[in-house]
Amino acid sequence: MIDDRQFNRRGFLKSGASLVGLAAAGSLLPLSAARAAPLTVGFIYVGAKDDFGYNQAHAEGAAALKAIEGVTLVEEENVPETVDVQKTMESMINFDGASLIFPTSFGYFDPHILAMAPKYPDVRFQHAGGMWSADKHPMNVGSYFGYIGMGQYLNGIAAGHATKTKKIGFVAAKPIPQVLLNINSFLLGARSVDPTITCQVIFTGEWSMAVKEAEAVNALADQGADVVTCHVDGPKVVMETGAGRGMFLCGYHASQASLAPDKYLTGAEWNWAQVYTEMVNTMLAGETIPNFVRGGLAQGFIKMSPLGPAVSAEARAQFEATQAEIMKGGFAAIKGPLKDNKGNVIATEGQSFAEDDVALESMDYLVEGVVGSIS
Amino acid sequence: MNGLDIGWWGVPIAIIGGAIRVSTPFIFVSLGECLTERSGRINLGLEGTLVFGAMAGYAVAFHTGSPWAGVAAAALAGMLFGLLHGWLCSLPKVNDIAVGIALMLFGTGIAFFFGKPYIQPVAPDLPAIPLGWWTDIPQLEAALRVNVLFVIGAILAFAMAWMFKATRVGLIVRVVGDSTDAARAMGLDPNWVRLWSTAAGGALAGIGGAYLSLYYPGSWNEGISSGQGLMAVALVIFARWNPINCLWAALLFGGAGALGPALQSVGVSEGYYLFFAAPYVLTLGLLVATSSPTQAISGAPGELSITK
Amino acid sequence: MRRSEAVALPLLALLAGLAAFGVFLLLLGKSPIEFYGYVYQAGFGSAFSWENTLSRAAPLLLAALCVAIPARLGLVVIGGEGAIVLGGVAAGVTGASFPGLGIGGIALMAVAGALTGALWIGAVGWMRVRRGVNETISSLLMAYIAIALMNHFVESVFRDPASLNKPSTAPLEEAYRLADMPGMAVHWGLGIGLVACIVSYIVMERTTWGFAARIVGGNVRAAQIQGLPTGRLVLGFTALAGGFAGLAGMVEVSAVHGSANGSLAAGYGYTGILIAFLARHNALAIIPVAVLLAGFEASSGLVQRRLDLPDATMLVLQGLVFVAILVSETLVGRFRLFKPETWVRA
Repeated sequence: MIDDRQFNRRGFLKSGASLVGLAAAGSLLPLSAARAAPLTVGFIYVGAKDDFGYNQAHAEGAAALKAIEGVTLVEEENVPETVDVQKTMESMINFDGASLIFPTSFGYFDPHILAMAPKYPDVRFQHAGGMWSADKHPMNVGSYFGYIGMGQYLNGIAAGHATKTKKIGFVAAKPIPQVLLNINSFLLGARSVDPTITCQVIFTGEWSMAVKEAEAVNALADQGADVVTCHVDGPKVVMETGAGRGMFLCGYHASQASLAPDKYLTGAEWNWAQVYTEMVNTMLAGETIPNFVRGGLAQGFIKMSPLGPAVSAEARAQFEATQAEIMKGGFAAIKGPLKDNKGNVIATEGQSFAEDDVALESMDYLVEGVVGSIS
Repeated sequence: MNGLDIGWWGVPIAIIGGAIRVSTPFIFVSLGECLTERSGRINLGLEGTLVFGAMAGYAVAFHTGSPWAGVAAAALAGMLFGLLHGWLCSLPKVNDIAVGIALMLFGTGIAFFFGKPYIQPVAPDLPAIPLGWWTDIPQLEAALRVNVLFVIGAILAFAMAWMFKATRVGLIVRVVGDSTDAARAMGLDPNWVRLWSTAAGGALAGIGGAYLSLYYPGSWNEGISSGQGLMAVALVIFARWNPINCLWAALLFGGAGALGPALQSVGVSEGYYLFFAAPYVLTLGLLVATSSPTQAISGAPGELSITK
Repeated sequence: MRRSEAVALPLLALLAGLAAFGVFLLLLGKSPIEFYGYVYQAGFGSAFSWENTLSRAAPLLLAALCVAIPARLGLVVIGGEGAIVLGGVAAGVTGASFPGLGIGGIALMAVAGALTGALWIGAVGWMRVRRGVNETISSLLMAYIAIALMNHFVESVFRDPASLNKPSTAPLEEAYRLADMPGMAVHWGLGIGLVACIVSYIVMERTTWGFAARIVGGNVRAAQIQGLPTGRLVLGFTALAGGFAGLAGMVEVSAVHGSANGSLAAGYGYTGILIAFLARHNALAIIPVAVLLAGFEASSGLVQRRLDLPDATMLVLQGLVFVAILVSETLVGRFRLFKPETWVRA
């Protein structure tokens, strides 16, 4: 697809307008109502908004909006991906006058947002993680997400230096593309330090299931993994259990450094505050948010937790050099020659998938060196 | 950690470790339920008691800095829930199963309601006893890092079995559980006995909850219980109302729960949902195999509504 | 029990539960008047509020029947959730496998969902009859197993490879989606649920089967002595109950989700327990009770946003109302108000 989907403070409107194809046409369509302040913004979370993880990251982003004059924030947490979320959106529109809604869980998109958007054409629905496509989806829906796989790649570098057993662990909820990209990136980051490192993955099957997550960490530790990261909604249990087993920790979604400061190496965090502030300011200015937005470290969509005391000088050097590389844009963690863990070729010599390659959003493999299977 | 590669040996070690780690809440809740049911009453609401105990224990441990104060608070809260359940059930025509479900809702609801501010803070954990000091294998050592509450729970199982067999209190509970009329004839007040059996059962369930939030997994959140309180009711029937069997059943259930992640860690990852269902299938299979359509289950208290 | 008492006593208990919750709010420094004002506004105060409430009530009607019907035979089945999720998967897979049948496709999905649910809860009845396994425990265990099976099915066996980040079965074609009922934004699941409640009422209260079932529920031994086929009655009525729960799964898939996925495990089966008990297992009474509870849930969001109360508020309220209604059972027959013949003597 196109390269200028990224979005940052200065280039936001410009890049929005420069979106090729129908997306661009969408951003040029006049809005049906002038959106002068005040603006009511609704946020919907699938779990508790202080979960040390996915929902907290969004809620922190939402909290930043309170500083903007004329913006009213309404929030609802623990909203399941059923008719519940449809009615929550409608309720925010009907009772609170919300005209910009952020339903933040992936499962809210199809069918729920897609059912509400045609019914409320004057309301803007912004969805995290969805694959908005101009020929299939309404123009008042937008999807945005960040290349957090890059953060897991950097996590992997810190992990690769910290591991003594050459075995690192990953606690994952479900084998879906976003999660697989994180697992693969984590291992490839570690392998950029030492190509003999392997990564053990355990799927818990649920986005939030404390006892299973703790058992998974113990099973990883029993198999000799000495660094652990995860992709579940709330990483608190994984971090605390891992620290209890003497493992080093790489965070995810938000910073978990406070849970075990000595063991925490770094973490891949969302930086939604900047993204949301930008989007709301666009609305307030009477402009339209582009329908398909992606960004990475360079665009400030994600950030890394400050390196912990257990990170060696050597590790710090490689971490910072790679981070600088990624900040230039177009970095590829998935690059040839590369096979998956069943021996199929993923990328040949010279072939690479840059961070913004949409092919990565339908990933269905684990790379060589990851122990685990996705079915 | 020296990274000793133990491969498939990890599976039995994980099952032992998992049995010890995961079973403790089951031990406490099933012992509590066992006591309540032996007095002739069922408490399906222990799930709510457990969740409230987890929250109350965590909150008190956080504020006082003492995990044991948390355990005490959880036990007290559990006792209050037990008293409430016992009192409601002592009213004529009130169905104990339904009251249990209502209190399960109420207990979880009120735990989530007041638990919001405690999702973030970190409370002190309960201490563990390193029973694995003799081994060089770090995995085994970790598996044998046993929480004090597990030890207390195991001792309690034997103590409760002795109580039922050899003490006056145990006899009274059993008589009340087997026949309300016989108990009345002996001059006992069945409602009073059931009230306090339910209260004690609730206190134990509360402690089970405190173990969840204060030791393993060791934090308070709304997904802390994956139905341990409800499952305990099944475990008691499975254990034939024998406290020592409750201990074994809880260990078996905990070990079966560790099977899924352990198998994945050695590379068996197809169909992990099915492995996660293993404990339930196992319990159901054993229930079907050991029940009989013609007679009440052996060991069942005569006054228990669900076996009549 | 007298008819007037049967209506008045639960209503009084409901008011008592609401009042108790009001006291709870006062203790927290919140205004109960404001609270119930928002409950009314968001649950029943406008056309949108009614649509919200009725949409939520639709699956609850069927889920509650799964508890109420076996209860008339003296069985406490609490695992309807299992039949809902598996019924949903069966309907989703059937719908995606047999395209192009128009309205017949919807009927086929309904049959698949209902049949799966009937087999699932019927198995609970079978274990009860043949092996003497307690139905409360077995249905609970079966619900955990069903949810694991559902996850396994939608994430591997029947997963549509195109469903990337939310594993689902293949999407249903537009003709297989249950539409809205005329004149309101509420899908036909509500109509199906209402019909199911009315049919169940007729079966339980007006047919010999229902009469026989109630005798079994009153006293199994008496029923056996009278030569009633208790085993077959238990099997038949548990299957019927499971069929309704399976149908609820089908409705969710066809009307809401458009494919079967993990969101099917939404807890309707558990809310159904509450509704059935509040309705005293009377199929017709399920209708107002389900609407009332759906109204509470519909207002949960507004209460959360306006009064800064956590989402668990509604759980506390439901628990208190449930307790109040159960306690009211003990007062049955104690009020002379409901026994006009005693007025004279007074």
